[in-house]
Amino acid sequence: MPVATNTILMCAGGGCISSGEESCLQALEKAVEKYALHDVVKIVETGCMGMCDAGPLMVIYPEGVYYQKLTPEDIEKIVSEHILKGRIVEDKLLDNPVSSLKTHNPYDDHPFFTRQVKIATRNMGVIDPMKIEEYIAHDGYFALQKALSMKPEEIIEELKISGLRGRGGAGFPTWLKWDLTRKVPGDEKYVLCNADEGDPGAFMDRSILEGDPHSILEAMAIAGYAIGASKGYIYIRAEYPLAIERLNEGIKQAKELGLFGENIMGSDFSFDLEIRMGAGAFVCGEETALIESIEGKRGQPRVKPPFPAQVGVWGKPTLNNNVETYANIPPILTKGARWFASIGTETSKGTKVFCLAGKVKNTGLVEVPMGITLREVVYDIGGGIPDGKEFKAVQTGGPSGGCIPKEHLDTPIDYETLKELGTMMGSGGMIFMDEDTCMVDVAKYFLDFSVEESCGKCVPCREGNRVMFDMLEKITDGEGEEGDIERLEELGKNIMDTSLCGLGQSSPQPVISTIRYFRDEYEAHINDKRCPAKVCKPLIRYVIDPEKCVGCTACARVCPVTAISGEVKQVHEIDRDICTRCSSCIQVCRFGAISIQSP
Amino acid sequence: MAKIKSLDELMKIKEKAVKDIQMRDTEKKGKIVVAMGTCGIAAGAKETLQAVVSELEKNGIDDVSVVQSGCMGLCDVEPTVEVVMEGSDPIIYGHVSPEQVTRIVDQHVKNGKVVSDLLVRKGEI
Amino acid sequence: MVSDKELEAVEQIVNGVITDESLAEGDVLINCLHEIQNHFHNFVPLEAAEKVAEILKVPESSVYEVLTFYTMFSVEKRGKYVIRVCNSLPCHVTGGKEIIETLKKELGCDFSQTSKDGLFTLEETGCLGLCGVSPVIMINEEFYGNLTHDKVLDIINNIREEERG
Repeated sequence: MPVATNTILMCAGGGCISSGEESCLQALEKAVEKYALHDVVKIVETGCMGMCDAGPLMVIYPEGVYYQKLTPEDIEKIVSEHILKGRIVEDKLLDNPVSSLKTHNPYDDHPFFTRQVKIATRNMGVIDPMKIEEYIAHDGYFALQKALSMKPEEIIEELKISGLRGRGGAGFPTWLKWDLTRKVPGDEKYVLCNADEGDPGAFMDRSILEGDPHSILEAMAIAGYAIGASKGYIYIRAEYPLAIERLNEGIKQAKELGLFGENIMGSDFSFDLEIRMGAGAFVCGEETALIESIEGKRGQPRVKPPFPAQVGVWGKPTLNNNVETYANIPPILTKGARWFASIGTETSKGTKVFCLAGKVKNTGLVEVPMGITLREVVYDIGGGIPDGKEFKAVQTGGPSGGCIPKEHLDTPIDYETLKELGTMMGSGGMIFMDEDTCMVDVAKYFLDFSVEESCGKCVPCREGNRVMFDMLEKITDGEGEEGDIERLEELGKNIMDTSLCGLGQSSPQPVISTIRYFRDEYEAHINDKRCPAKVCKPLIRYVIDPEKCVGCTACARVCPVTAISGEVKQVHEIDRDICTRCSSCIQVCRFGAISIQSP
Repeated sequence: MAKIKSLDELMKIKEKAVKDIQMRDTEKKGKIVVAMGTCGIAAGAKETLQAVVSELEKNGIDDVSVVQSGCMGLCDVEPTVEVVMEGSDPIIYGHVSPEQVTRIVDQHVKNGKVVSDLLVRKGEI
Repeated sequence: MVSDKELEAVEQIVNGVITDESLAEGDVLINCLHEIQNHFHNFVPLEAAEKVAEILKVPESSVYEVLTFYTMFSVEKRGKYVIRVCNSLPCHVTGGKEIIETLKKELGCDFSQTSKDGLFTLEETGCLGLCGVSPVIMINEEFYGNLTHDKVLDIINNIREEERG
């Protein structure tokens, strides 16, 4: 089969079409026919290249030469000069070629794509997850093959050089975990994969498991070989049935090919794993609670030490990593630890997958190099805040993390900087908030989550969080008193110091963090009985502007508690004592006469 | 299927798989990839996939394969469909409902014209 | 009361899970309970739980402990369709509140309650990880995203119709 030597991209975005792209395309096709270039020239119509004022646009690869403001005559000339004779037609060159456009992917010009570096999510959306052959075609199982030809110590040394750290939360060095588990004596050990993803706003693990299940299986087998285990468990939420199905199918296919199970690839090494389902308990994402749950018990954390590396599942040494961490392992082995370590910052190597959610234009899943700034994530990749609103803060680390206000938008993201800002990497959920978000309300929301999800084993978490929640409720109800902020801080610190597991130790974090950056909002609630973001119902009231109200009666008709009175064509009024602040009236008013006020 | 016992055998499977993927591309005129992660499915990707299959059937197109994949990370515009036609670079469409599938098959697959208003592109992701 | 025939079915389920997983350790308990719950349409009758304890040789109290600890299990009869509404922040900020109100109104019940026709049980759940298509609900094992008031009504009515005919 002849290989196309030139690829010509014609921009078929709206701008170029309107400036004559179609006649250029026809001219191009005609020229290709005239010179019999079918076999060597590939014509591609792409989406908008984003430089609409220079259209119609065309790019010729492999050189990556941009031509602008084309006419059918220009096309004829470019084909005969550039394609046939290799001479660039200078006078049609694009004025300001965009340097980042080096390959011929039409989407490369969008920061949503250009800023991403895909390692953990390399195969997601690229391969058919139900076909092991497609995984193998993308270098799948070559890392396992390579690992089996190495000594376990060498594999761990590679991980050490790579600088990979746990992607599930605290960022413990992965090699150290493997090394500790490997060094504990015993011939029965276990490899665990924590797929009990539960942080609100985080869904990268589900996406990886659904889109590339073999990468996890391969990595777990490598881990088994490295620490001397022949058995593993994947602990996954029952809320992820599709991921469970694809993992099961993956295990089946890998076994058929001898890449899993007994004597992998003809070696002495055998490795098998089973899937254990959760049943709706957030705390099971904590590693010792997860181990309890795998053993078929209530998911209540154990006292550490001993750590799972010494005493884990069934009392045996156990290695536990999360999904995204495992997904990084095969490329580290195939492409080399130094390659991996060349990405990221001094202390945080590689990439991190983030889930963008909340008040941001481009919600979704992105993988970016460590060290990228929050501003780039929000404005370049995330596309900014919708509806012309202003960015207020982003919550990272879920209920264990804190928020980052706009003063710190330029901080490069890595494990250490986030910690300094009073939050944490966590699993990578990023919930964006705009000016309409009340930070006290957000803190209350996360605390409510921790109260709900506390397993109840230790008092500081079970009772302490409840007391903090009640205090916050008092504040948002307009009954806060002076000294409440200090009491919250003190109690929070106590809970963090005395709780048994990571969930309790970090649960007050959202409160502490919002007090740190938005103390004025707390004070407004307590001292002025005012909610600046106009969210907390007891502190707001709905008011009809007599200037704007035309007396159409729409609001009065929709009010569920008949708090609105007024005659037709007369100015209406809202009775504050009856009003439940349900906002039904605002939604139906076509005259913008109703507004929310906080004193 | 025979079990893999060496690097060579793994390599062979890879070569065959790569070839199969290419063969599929040469025998077929193109492929349509529907992102079938849970997020896609929740947004209606199952209906979209069915529509793709039945729309191709209805038009008697048998040289375009239909492939499922995981999430592309473009959750905001789910269901997403990627159309890869021979000689063209992949085009990603967003918010693809069964009705839009009809348009994509009609315009893009049959006539090679990108359905520009469904394109996932600058500022719209 | 659970009939003997049903208890036999329970036994089969448990044995199926054990052989499937090649391990007879207590760790299959949660997987077993999931399957039994599916069998009885969204709840685990206490008699069935006792049977599980007997087969797996674990104390009945441990089975009960597990059943009551995990929110997905119920020892009370629930509707044939359990609707789990994501109550996490991403869904909350994209209109989850309205979805909850619609559901409560349409089903005529509150959280943890079952509709009068016995068809639906409404429950809250933590983040379902589908934030890109929020607000989201899960009905048994199916997910529904990008919900609006009307979409929710459609979904409920479709199920009702299916059940009728």
